[in-house]
Amino acid sequence: MERDALHRLLRDMLLSRAFEERAAEEYAKGNIVGFLHLYPGEEAVGAGVINAAGPSDYIVSDYREHAHALIRGTPARNVMAELFGRADGMSGGMGGSMHMFDARRRFMGGYAIVGETCPIALGIAYTVAMRSLPEAVICFFGDGAVNQGTFHESLNMAALWRLPLLLVCENNHYAIGTEIHRHSAVVEVYKRAAAYNIPAERVDGMDVIKVYEAARRALERIRGGGGPQFIECETYRFRGHSMADPGTYRPAVEVKAHEAWDPISAAVREIEFRYPTPAELAAAGPDHIGQLAAHMVEAGHLAEIEIEALRKEVNAIVEDAVQFALQSPQPTMDAAWAHLNCNRRHEVLV
Amino acid sequence: MSQELLYWQALNRAMDVEMAADEAVFTLGEDVGLYGGSYRVTEGLHAKYGEWRVRDTPISENSFTGLGVGAALVGMRPVVEIMTINFLPLALDSIINGAAKIPFMSGGQFRMPLVVRMPGGVARQLGAQHAQRLEHTLMNVPGLRIAVPSTPQDAYWQLRQAIASDEPIILLEHELLYFSKGPVDLLADPPPMHRAALRRAGRDLTIVTYSRHALLSQDAAAELAKEGIEAEVIDLRSLKPIDWDTCASSIEKSHRLLVVEEDCRFAGAGAEIASALAERCFYSLDAPVRRLAGLDIPTPFNGTLEAATIPQVSDIVVAARALCQSGQESKAS
Ligand SMILES: Cc1ncc(C[n+]2csc(CCOP(=O)(O)OP(=O)(O)O)c2C)c(N)n1
Ligand SMILES: [Mg+2]
Repeated sequence: MERDALHRLLRDMLLSRAFEERAAEEYAKGNIVGFLHLYPGEEAVGAGVINAAGPSDYIVSDYREHAHALIRGTPARNVMAELFGRADGMSGGMGGSMHMFDARRRFMGGYAIVGETCPIALGIAYTVAMRSLPEAVICFFGDGAVNQGTFHESLNMAALWRLPLLLVCENNHYAIGTEIHRHSAVVEVYKRAAAYNIPAERVDGMDVIKVYEAARRALERIRGGGGPQFIECETYRFRGHSMADPGTYRPAVEVKAHEAWDPISAAVREIEFRYPTPAELAAAGPDHIGQLAAHMVEAGHLAEIEIEALRKEVNAIVEDAVQFALQSPQPTMDAAWAHLNCNRRHEVLV
Repeated sequence: MSQELLYWQALNRAMDVEMAADEAVFTLGEDVGLYGGSYRVTEGLHAKYGEWRVRDTPISENSFTGLGVGAALVGMRPVVEIMTINFLPLALDSIINGAAKIPFMSGGQFRMPLVVRMPGGVARQLGAQHAQRLEHTLMNVPGLRIAVPSTPQDAYWQLRQAIASDEPIILLEHELLYFSKGPVDLLADPPPMHRAALRRAGRDLTIVTYSRHALLSQDAAAELAKEGIEAEVIDLRSLKPIDWDTCASSIEKSHRLLVVEEDCRFAGAGAEIASALAERCFYSLDAPVRRLAGLDIPTPFNGTLEAATIPQVSDIVVAARALCQSGQESKAS
């Protein structure tokens, strides 16, 4: 893999991590209110998939989408300002953490109804196919979403009409507090795609290079007329479901080494409740970001000193984003009404 | 003898008492079991009653609500928790086409002892998809009953009554009430589930309201009393059916009606309340009925704007004051 691409993947992951950890701090300070679903642990999925996409491809995401927007290229300033609910936020302060939109970058939104991303992405893909364009639509969703009717209905239609849809399951093994063995009869999520004859593969979602390559291959097949493709990325969130959730239902041993997959450990999970301390997490060894950095140093792509520079750079971007958000004005009620009626064509109705 | 309980604790007690008394009672929903429920309502029940009676479901609202309908047909008393009312749209088919219709369509052959509980309302900056009310959606469906407890005592009573009922009951709980505290008498005999409660007596105007806004209206009434306006506050407790008699006898005394609700104004619960009471009490009214409701706009994420879209205590005070003045003007002229 070429050096520039690797560099970009690492930078995107570092930026996502720094951004989200800072968002958590700003939440604690009261600058961010409401639900805040953070991405640490899952960066390799967003970075790998979105970097494999072209600028004319579409992205549909759920409520854990801040990093997706950042990786897509929305300036950190506008992402942070949206978390703060300010006028310069990417949705004008109307959407908030779960509803980020950037039409210019074809970032088609963050959605908070589980399973909702599938039919929306389906509709975009239908349009692309109808117009015979070389574009693809990327649809993100979690392991919990695959139990929703909309998921199955959308997969069926996407396959039936061979739509250019890349379905990406971010399988972090949990739907809030419910571990996957307790919510899914088939825990190998990618196997569900077989019911609709959709080619599917499972990749290590902690390895950004594998995710990137799988997404590239899938997008090539889509552009070659291969119809919808499915990638299951096995990953893990290091934090609770949202800032409101301490994640105490997850045993330390699991967070430390989440490769434990068998039903016995699933039973153990039900018994032990505790969220790991940062020290325990650190003891688990280098995470996926650390592994990629190490790989790049070993392969001679990057010197340690450059990694330090990258860290400094993303920290500066995040700091700037926070200052920007703090200074951004509050939106007005006039703006709210204007957004509500943005599609009205000069009609006076009442 | 009563004890102080939080709203969620009162609901938790009600579940526990009913589950202990009748094995046909079981509950299901997302994270109701091991996790104990997102608002703790089912806390401890999984350990006590086991997974068949406290079932963690996948995220499949339509089908697990439908499961409740099916189980109710064959003698169970399911309590379905929809994590929040914002996911109700996904479960509407089971509720509207199933629960509400089957007893009727079968020519009265089946009971439908189903309870569907859900938190709702505008909480704090949860965004447009997580700040909905939607009670009007259910009010328009014949065959359903809807309870809207505003106090821990009512939460306790009404959940127990809902479980005991053979009709499908929707229990709408308010997200900002779960941690409110109040006295709960676990042994007292409850009023009928649909009976409205007179929360404060007054002679100058009647405020008809429900859920969290029943509390805000009482705060407003206290403010109004300082300036000599005595507002009578009626907490409906039930949106289907509505206890019209309690409202009408108050209006006959006060001659003015202010309807306060959190939901959007257009075709909301307040529209039904205002029109029905205007029809019935027309000759008792000294001034046109006034409605105070949420703005007809999706809830903005920004905190200041969010607050501006639903009635605040100060808005209720202003509306009540104006209503009292508007009556006097017409009399004076
Ligand atoms: C239809 C619907 N039901 C319930 C919820 C509440 N809820 C929010 S996130 C979530 C869990 C989703 O899990 P998953 O799809 O695995 O995504 P993750 O958060 O793990 O990324 C639930 C139940 C919701 N937002 N939408
Ligand atoms: Mg998940």
